[in-house]
Amino acid sequence: MTNNFVNGVLKGDPLSIARVITMIENNHEKAIPIIKTLHRHTGKAHIIGITGVMGSGKSSLIYELAKKYREKNKKIGIIAIDPTSPFSGGALLGDRIRMMNLADDENVFIRSMGTRGMLGGLTSAVYDTINILDAAGKDIIMVETVGVGQAEVDIVKIADTTLVVLVPGLGDSIQTIKAGIMEIGDIFVVNKADRPGVEQTIAELKTMLDLTRIVTERETPIITTIARERKGIDELINEIEKHKKYLKKNNMFEEKRRKRYETELVEIIKRKLTSLIFDETNLKEKIQSLTDQILKKEIDPHTAAEEILTRVIK
Amino acid sequence: MEKKIRVLVAKPGLDGHDRGAKVVARALRDAGMEVIYSGLHQTAEQIVRTAIQEDVDVIGLSLLSGAHMTLFLDVIKLLKKHKMNNVIVVGGGIIPEEDVPRLKKEGVAEIFGPGTPTDEIVDFIKKNVKQ
Ligand SMILES: Nc1nc2c(ncn2[C@@H]2O[C@H](COP(=O)(O)OP(=O)(O)O)[C@@H](O)[C@H]2O)c(=O)[nH]1
Ligand SMILES: [Mg+2]
Repeated sequence: MTNNFVNGVLKGDPLSIARVITMIENNHEKAIPIIKTLHRHTGKAHIIGITGVMGSGKSSLIYELAKKYREKNKKIGIIAIDPTSPFSGGALLGDRIRMMNLADDENVFIRSMGTRGMLGGLTSAVYDTINILDAAGKDIIMVETVGVGQAEVDIVKIADTTLVVLVPGLGDSIQTIKAGIMEIGDIFVVNKADRPGVEQTIAELKTMLDLTRIVTERETPIITTIARERKGIDELINEIEKHKKYLKKNNMFEEKRRKRYETELVEIIKRKLTSLIFDETNLKEKIQSLTDQILKKEIDPHTAAEEILTRVIK
Repeated sequence: MEKKIRVLVAKPGLDGHDRGAKVVARALRDAGMEVIYSGLHQTAEQIVRTAIQEDVDVIGLSLLSGAHMTLFLDVIKLLKKHKMNNVIVVGGGIIPEEDVPRLKKEGVAEIFGPGTPTDEIVDFIKKNVKQ
């Protein structure tokens, strides 16, 4: 079975790709040997992260970028991540609405993902999904992340090139954006440039970038787009390609990859440890009885936690 | 295994109303499912290609026009062609009573008329999804 899936993915067969992603999302142990085998077939894709607040036009931009890349005959993978409801565990994944006509093109593979247990950050399921699409021969992989919280900062560890999408007329939003976001953007996009306030937004953005920029010889470009009218897309692709060349020229491409694998490795260890501890039978009862003891001051939470950990890790 | 039910809610055809589809989509999400909502005006080919990529367990088709018969049947035919035997297809919207037996015979799992309580749809999916 492993071989069938591996061969399917390597051939770019959509059904195989989709099934392996599902297995990964569901923590199906049969996926692990597949992922292991795929590793040496990865590393060719250019991974582009797209982040920014909800409604700023990320999905619309991805759609336009994908169409342009298709004209250049690039194969495309798209991962669109939306928040999972912490209450129901369900998710409404609506990014495809903006990308509908890509469904006619067999060289574009789109996958919608809920954040599930990601606690705001991105977990190894996203890394694995990128690796699957990479092994499947996608030249460009675009990852759209929810515009707030840890996911936004995590994307930079995954992507070779990170786009931060803003909209005009929200001067305040630039200032309230966490300092981190200024550092993660390789390219800033002011979308919805058909709206008033573009000049001001760009000016504010420039000021913020000057204040926070880590000293490099590279100026962070700001591109204005109107995704809805397909304006600015060529300029944006041009900047993305320029950034890739810049990374390669300065040996930063390898360096970024190295960081990504390091983060991925740590993520896998964390996940394995968590399941090692929480999948243990009787843990629930143990936690309940320890909690009772904590309540009665027979034990403190730290000692209780140590007691559980020593049970698992010997 | 933390298997989550994934549902594609699609609105084929040309009619522009998707209120009902959105209500159902939200109810399914609130029942813990992952709902891929793909918007209006979809062809059968687009729906099935999306279902494959998203690896859904259920396709929910919402229809308000008379063209439902061919669209439903096209989707089912394409699913069979791609050996997606694990996917169940349900329909909603205004579908003439006399068409229901034929649709079911061709492989539509259930038809939910207007005003069906969303709980009923949730229960049906949970009971019938092929895991
Ligand atoms: N006025 C205007 N609206 C846009 C533009 N780009 C996207 N939109 C609209 O903004 C809304 C949100 O877009 P979407 O791509 O879903 O944003 P996302 O949440 O960041 O993925 C949609 O209604 C789009 O049609 C633009 O350049 N100008
Ligand atoms: Mg989006």
